[in-house]
Amino acid sequence: MSTVTPTRAPHQDAPTGHQSEGRVGGGLFDPAQLIRSFPDALRKLDPRVMVKSPVMFVVLIGSVFTTVLACLDPGEWFGWAIAAWLWLTTIFANLAEAVAEGRGKAQADTLRKAKTDTVARRLLGRNEERVAGIELRIGDLVVCEAGDVIPGDGDVVEGVASVDESAITGESAPVIRESGGDRSAVTGGTKVLSDRIVVKITTKPGETFIDRMIALVEGAARQKTPNEIALNILLASLTIVFLLAVVTLQPFAIYAGQRQSMIVLTALLVCLIPTTIGALLSAIGIAGMDRLVQRNVLAMSGRAVEAAGDVSTLLLDKTGTITLGNRQAAEFVPVKGTTEAELADAAQLSSLADETPEGRSIVVLAKEKYGLRERHQGELAGAEWVAFTAQTRMSGVDVDGRKVRKGATGSVVAWVEERGGTVAQDAQALTDTISGAGGTPLLVALEDEHGARVLGVIHLKDVVKEGMRERFDELRRMGIKTIMITGDNPLTAKAIAEEAGVDDFLAEATPEDKMALIKREQAGGKLVAMTGDGTNDAPALAQADVGVAMNTGTSAAKEAGNMVDLDSNPTKLIEIVEIGKQLLITRGALTTFSIANDVAKYFAIIPAMFAVVYPGLDKLNIMQLSSPQSAILSAVIFNALIIVALVPLALKGVRYRPSSADSMLRRNLGIYGLGGLVAPFIGIKIIDMVISLVPGLH
Amino acid sequence: MSPVLAGVLQVLALVVALGLAYRPLGDYMAGVYSSNKHLRVEKWMYKAVGADPNTQMRWPAYLRGVLAFSVVSVLFLYLLQRLQGALPGSLGFASIDPDQAFNTAASFVANTNWQSYSGEQAMGHVVQTGGLAVQNFVSAAVGMAVAVALVRGFARSGTGELGNFWSDLVRGTVRILLPIAAVGALALVACGAIQNFAGIHEVGQFMGGSQQWNGGAVASQEAIKELGTNGGGYFNANSSHPFENPNGLSNLLEIFLILVIPFAMTRTFGRMVGSLKQGYAILATMGVIWLGFTTLMMWTEFAHHGPAFEIAGGAMEGKETRFGIAGSSIFAVATTLTSTGAVNSFHSSYTGFGGGITMLGMQLGEIAPGGVGSGLYGMLVMAIIAVFIAGLMVGRTPEYLGKKIGTREIKLAACYILITPALVLCFTAAAMALPTPPHSMTNTGAHGFSEVLYAYTSGANNNGSAFAGLNADTQWFNTTIGLAMLLGRFLPMVFILALAGSLAEQKPVPATVGTLGTHKPLFSGLLVGTILIITGLTFFPALALGPLAEGLAS
Repeated sequence: MSTVTPTRAPHQDAPTGHQSEGRVGGGLFDPAQLIRSFPDALRKLDPRVMVKSPVMFVVLIGSVFTTVLACLDPGEWFGWAIAAWLWLTTIFANLAEAVAEGRGKAQADTLRKAKTDTVARRLLGRNEERVAGIELRIGDLVVCEAGDVIPGDGDVVEGVASVDESAITGESAPVIRESGGDRSAVTGGTKVLSDRIVVKITTKPGETFIDRMIALVEGAARQKTPNEIALNILLASLTIVFLLAVVTLQPFAIYAGQRQSMIVLTALLVCLIPTTIGALLSAIGIAGMDRLVQRNVLAMSGRAVEAAGDVSTLLLDKTGTITLGNRQAAEFVPVKGTTEAELADAAQLSSLADETPEGRSIVVLAKEKYGLRERHQGELAGAEWVAFTAQTRMSGVDVDGRKVRKGATGSVVAWVEERGGTVAQDAQALTDTISGAGGTPLLVALEDEHGARVLGVIHLKDVVKEGMRERFDELRRMGIKTIMITGDNPLTAKAIAEEAGVDDFLAEATPEDKMALIKREQAGGKLVAMTGDGTNDAPALAQADVGVAMNTGTSAAKEAGNMVDLDSNPTKLIEIVEIGKQLLITRGALTTFSIANDVAKYFAIIPAMFAVVYPGLDKLNIMQLSSPQSAILSAVIFNALIIVALVPLALKGVRYRPSSADSMLRRNLGIYGLGGLVAPFIGIKIIDMVISLVPGLH
Repeated sequence: MSPVLAGVLQVLALVVALGLAYRPLGDYMAGVYSSNKHLRVEKWMYKAVGADPNTQMRWPAYLRGVLAFSVVSVLFLYLLQRLQGALPGSLGFASIDPDQAFNTAASFVANTNWQSYSGEQAMGHVVQTGGLAVQNFVSAAVGMAVAVALVRGFARSGTGELGNFWSDLVRGTVRILLPIAAVGALALVACGAIQNFAGIHEVGQFMGGSQQWNGGAVASQEAIKELGTNGGGYFNANSSHPFENPNGLSNLLEIFLILVIPFAMTRTFGRMVGSLKQGYAILATMGVIWLGFTTLMMWTEFAHHGPAFEIAGGAMEGKETRFGIAGSSIFAVATTLTSTGAVNSFHSSYTGFGGGITMLGMQLGEIAPGGVGSGLYGMLVMAIIAVFIAGLMVGRTPEYLGKKIGTREIKLAACYILITPALVLCFTAAAMALPTPPHSMTNTGAHGFSEVLYAYTSGANNNGSAFAGLNADTQWFNTTIGLAMLLGRFLPMVFILALAGSLAEQKPVPATVGTLGTHKPLFSGLLVGTILIITGLTFFPALALGPLAEGLAS
């Protein structure tokens, strides 16, 4: 099994927020891909495949038709030229799709390597038998020891092991998987590095996570999304309108005394129907999914990606998303009669035996703010260390007849009172102030020859991640409301919410509260996105319109959500929303461009068709194209080349920056609407100039 | 005062008058369609036809009401014409031939009022007043009812109920059209239009010879002809006849009547969906197109070159001297941008571009401001299309007025915009390709083609005006234009009501700054662009071979 994942872009989205340029830019486009995908593009000429895109199917028929006509009159170069360019138009469209799909193929190959035929050690009672991985059934128990590849998706029911999941996540550091709790899920194809676990299989062979992942990146499982279907309907109806306009033109032309050749009419039709967007539509969809995969997010349905663009409420877990995972010591507040230095010294001493992140942060603060060198446990001879436990909720040290303790308010007060000491009058007031500000107070107490007493309070604070406020401001500009979910009490939650700049918060949140919140938002017509990892998140993940499960989470959570984040980074929800929006914008922009293009094509083709019988119509030839045949051919060539020219844009997506709907519309209308109007006038003129240089074409 | 300045002042006067009427009329109509009370006279009507005005209808029921009422109307009108010879009060006119009777019945029920007959030489008082004038009211009220049903689709949520067709039909007639038409008729009489039940007078002509003059309830029919965007004239000469439209003032009044309800319905719309600004955006879109077309028309008619034109001060052929170029141009644009089709000048005689402007106006789907009711619903469908394309560009599933434009909505909107172009192009192509129909043309070349294109454009879009020059009283034209009128009127209504039902069932999506602001100038501009480009692309080849070829030739 391979532990390298060369195709996936490294995880580079540190949640520091504001990389303003090209934040959701896509993967790079390599022109060589066009050539490599050419055979695939030819294979897609199968009419049964083509019929899925009504616009391009019409072009295919047009290509066949003009080829037949050219064969009937083989001496006429014009017919051959039009036929050739219509074939190219069709092939270019297929090429766009093939290139988009090709980018997933390499990834799928890497995944397949992880799925090599594994031999499972199935438990039958107390005996073990060796069976092929594909013969496993749901409920089977299998044993995996160091060096084994886990044969299928399941939950650890016994033991704890470190597992290398790089085949799936691309992250080389091993993760711990253990029975019970929220870290019990294992994925088939990952490798046990140490210890022994028993796994209960929860997925049928062929439907495992890795199987689904392969299907997704290959685009095999791709179904058209609702918006894509709606857009296809609009494009089909435009195609019908233009078909009518062209078919009915012949009787008009005959009456006018200028019967048109079928080749010219077919060329006109292909130029008018929205081929640009028709050719690129499916590539845009595949590329959108691909952009998610590059960010290590697996969307189980395209519908979810699209819904992400529509999200108007984001539920974000406080811990890990808004704040760094842990609270950190921010200041030492002594009671009356104690100096800050004394308190800092005692706090540091009492925390040396506390290996929790909070404890470490106290030592760090003492060093940074009071210059207290970090002492090591071995330095103090005869010291008796009291480690922090969840039961005592205190840590400390007994040394030289002094006993220092630090811990939760209740525990420390009890400890002091047990020893007949007194709790300073102002200690209570200090802890209340800190709680009120959203912090967590820890008391520091000392027992020496003067008896037991409280020295002061350590202020533990949640540290809000850098750049979060700016990101929430951006989301607000996009019209998205953020709600912070936390188990903290309302006071603490409010303080953090204000500091981080979220719009709302849900404090002391239970799974039921989360569920109720989601339903309430949805009842108001809003689409809700959330992340979750625990089994108790599963119902809410299923209820949310976009539910992103962390890969580290339980299999229940992964089943319930419609996306899985392989990096288990809750901040990624924001990027998922942006990718969803970018997908829709790209479709809209290219549709607008495609329709606006038609204006210039009329100005090229109509005078070419009728200027002989109605010389006045030559005034419409504002591009001054050199000859009627060259004008028509130029329009057809432009129509074909613009598809190739826009493939990179379709794959990368239109540049997206968070802003209000109005400014986004103004910008995109300017670029793709006006641009679409003007660009073909220039393009067709240039092509015509090139054609007019070719000798013998007049 | 120069004729151009006079034209500008007339447009200004219209804008002021329409502006003054906009608010009270729009709010009044919103009140009419939202009220729970029935007038006594209305209760009698419900009793007479056995309709329950209080049940809420889902879209299929509403549609059944529309279709049933219209089928009965067509049959009644057909029989009335076929039996005219046997009816009293018919001024001695004979019964109408089957194909022409079908055409006329279809025409008046479809709010088109295409006329392949001459009123004064074919229709007596009974048919004119008891049949045609009645349809002038109720066919307009049907259009308004369907528009209101669509507006309710936007305004309501979580229900499929669109209101009650019978109550909408009766209220539109009794509370909106009748009172305004009555005032309008009085004003027209004051201007000099006639209103009597006199017979045919034989009068001596100034140059010798004799001429027939008909009397009739002309002013009353004239008022509803314009107000209900009907357009079927009492006389063949329509609004260029001095009995129908005696002077410049009555001309302005008639244009005002044509435009007042379609424009004011945008206020009704804004009121009913709970955001006046949304109504203003639609109003702005309609207003920009109307003013733009009017300006272009005056420009091409005034600026036309050639010795005859220069002596006359512009393209005066086919225009009445009492209206001049300005009064005729403003009327021509108003009548073709709505589904009216009344004419006070001969569109065939306009310059090549001028004729093209009248055709393009109809081809836009008559939505600026459009027919009573049909203008609003046609414009809202275009708004849905524009929102769909532009909405994608702001990165959300497109939504309009809080309703998502999904697969079903876009399917219905796409069907709607397909119908009239399909009818126009297919029927025109058939007429040009078959051996006999072209014999009806009285011109050759591009102008002859324009006559046929205009006829089907006018029929399928329910306009009813004629380019003149085409002999449309043949079996072919009576039948095909009749079909175009019926299909062009009622097929779109099927899709509109289905769309309304689908919208009404949705829950609204709350607006955020991420939502496309459909109440802003940018959106109005986008909508104008979408309308012009979609229509332009559809009809450019046909227009190029007709009015454009003619206009560019000189």
